[in-house]
Amino acid sequence: MRKQINQRQKAKILAAVVTVVLAAVTVCGILFTEAAMETDFLSRNQAPSAVHIFGTDWMGRDMLFRTLAGLSLSIRIGLLTAAISGAAALLIGIGAAVLGRKADASISWCIDLVMGIPHILLVMLISIACGRGFTGVVAGVALTHWPSLARVIRGEVLQLRQAPYILVAEKLGVSKMRISAVHMFPHLLPQFLTGTILLFPHAILHEASVTFLGFGLSSEQPAIGVILSESMQYLTTGKWWLALFPGLSLVLVVLLFAMLGERVRKLLDPASVHE
Amino acid sequence: MSLEAKNVTFYYRGRKRKPVLKEVNLEIHPGERVGLKAPSGRGKTTLCRLLAGYEKPKEGEVLLDGRPLGEYKGICPVQMIWQHPELAVDPLLRLKETMKEVEEPDLAERMESFGIREEWLERFPSELSGGELQRFCLARALGKEVRYLLCDEISAMLDLWNQARIFELLLRETDRRKLGILIVSHDEALLERVCTRVESLEGGS
Repeated sequence: MRKQINQRQKAKILAAVVTVVLAAVTVCGILFTEAAMETDFLSRNQAPSAVHIFGTDWMGRDMLFRTLAGLSLSIRIGLLTAAISGAAALLIGIGAAVLGRKADASISWCIDLVMGIPHILLVMLISIACGRGFTGVVAGVALTHWPSLARVIRGEVLQLRQAPYILVAEKLGVSKMRISAVHMFPHLLPQFLTGTILLFPHAILHEASVTFLGFGLSSEQPAIGVILSESMQYLTTGKWWLALFPGLSLVLVVLLFAMLGERVRKLLDPASVHE
Repeated sequence: MSLEAKNVTFYYRGRKRKPVLKEVNLEIHPGERVGLKAPSGRGKTTLCRLLAGYEKPKEGEVLLDGRPLGEYKGICPVQMIWQHPELAVDPLLRLKETMKEVEEPDLAERMESFGIREEWLERFPSELSGGELQRFCLARALGKEVRYLLCDEISAMLDLWNQARIFELLLRETDRRKLGILIVSHDEALLERVCTRVESLEGGS
C-alpha cells in the first residue's frame, strides 16, 4: 500500500525546502558579490543567453550575479530587521500587558500612532534621519514593523494571564520566573515565530521600495532596489531583462517567505494538529 | 479561625451599577462543609474567585483568620478546584511536569490514593478523561498548607459514577484533615446530602 503523507508532513517538507532555497540564495549572493561588481565592456547590454542567463547591463555586469547578490543583501537586511522588530514587539507587547493600565494605554497609543502613518513614509523619514545607507534602511524598517506583532503579543499575554492554569500555578506557589518560562513562553512562541517570519516579506519589500526611491542603500551596492531603479533608464530602449528578472526574483523570495510563515504557523498551531 | 467574605461587593470593569455581588457575607470554619446554591449568573463562581484571591473585592474584604488573604505569600492556604479541569492544567505539559511544580514529598502517595495511575503522569491532559483529570487537580490542590478548598461545580460535567467517586475522595480527605470546604452546585439534593450547611446567593444583578 502507498504510504499517505499528511498535511503536517507536507508542511514540514515544504518548510525545509523553502529554508534550503532561501539559505542557498543568501550564500550564493555572498559568494558572488565580487562577480556582481565585475564589469566587461565587451559584453554590454546582452539579452539573456546561455552564457548570461539573466543578460548583462550597460556596464557588462552579469545580471544573474547582480540579482543573487541583491537578493542575498535583501534577505540579510530582512533577517536583521525582522529579528530587531520581533524582539521589540515581544518586549513592548509583554510590557503593555504586565506593566499596568497607564503603561498599556501609552504603548497602545504609540502602536496606533505608528500604524496610522503610512509605512513607506516613516521608513523614508527614519532612513534619512539615520544617514541612509545600510544603517538607515535597517533602522527605518526595524522601527516601523513592530506594532502589529506587539499588538498580537499584548493580546496573547493578557489572555494568558487570566488562563486558569496560570492562576492555579500562582496559588500553588510556583515562581513568576517559572510561570513566564514554562507556562507563558511556549504558548506565545507560535504567534511570535509566525509573526516574525511574516515580517520578512514586508521588510524586504520596504527595503527594496525605499532603495528604489533613492532613500535607502547607496547606488554602488548591488541591491534589488538599486538594480530596479537604474534599469528604469534603460527600459524604454528595449532592455527588458534588466528589470524583469530581478523583479520576478524579488517577488519569488517574498512569496517563499510568506509560504514559510504559513507552514510554520500550521506546524505550531494546535488547531491544525489533526490535519 | 475561618475564611470569611465580609460585606463583599464586586462588579466587573465599567459595570459599577450592576454588581455581580452586593454586600455578601459568608464564613467557612475548619472542618465545615458549606454548600452554595444560586441560579446561573448570580455570582457563585465570582465569589469562589474572590475567596481564592483571584479577584479583589471592590468593597468589603476577604479575611483568612482575620488577616487579608492578599498578605499570604507562597502556597495559598485557600485553593480552588475549577469546573473544567482541562483548563486548570497546562495543555502543553505532561502531568508529571505539572506535578513537579508542587514540591511536596507526599504528592506521589496522594496521587496514588486518588486513583491516579503512574503511567497517566506520562500523558498530556488531553489524553485523560474529565473525571481522571479532576482527580488529578484535587490531589494536586490538597497540599499540606491547604486549609480551605473551594469546589466550583466540580462534578457538573462528569457522569454519575465519576461524580460519586470525586465526592468520596474529596470528603474522605477533607474530613481526615479537618479542612473547610465550599461546595458550589446546582444540585440541591447533593448539597443537602453532603454539606453541613447550605447558603444561598440572592440579590446581585
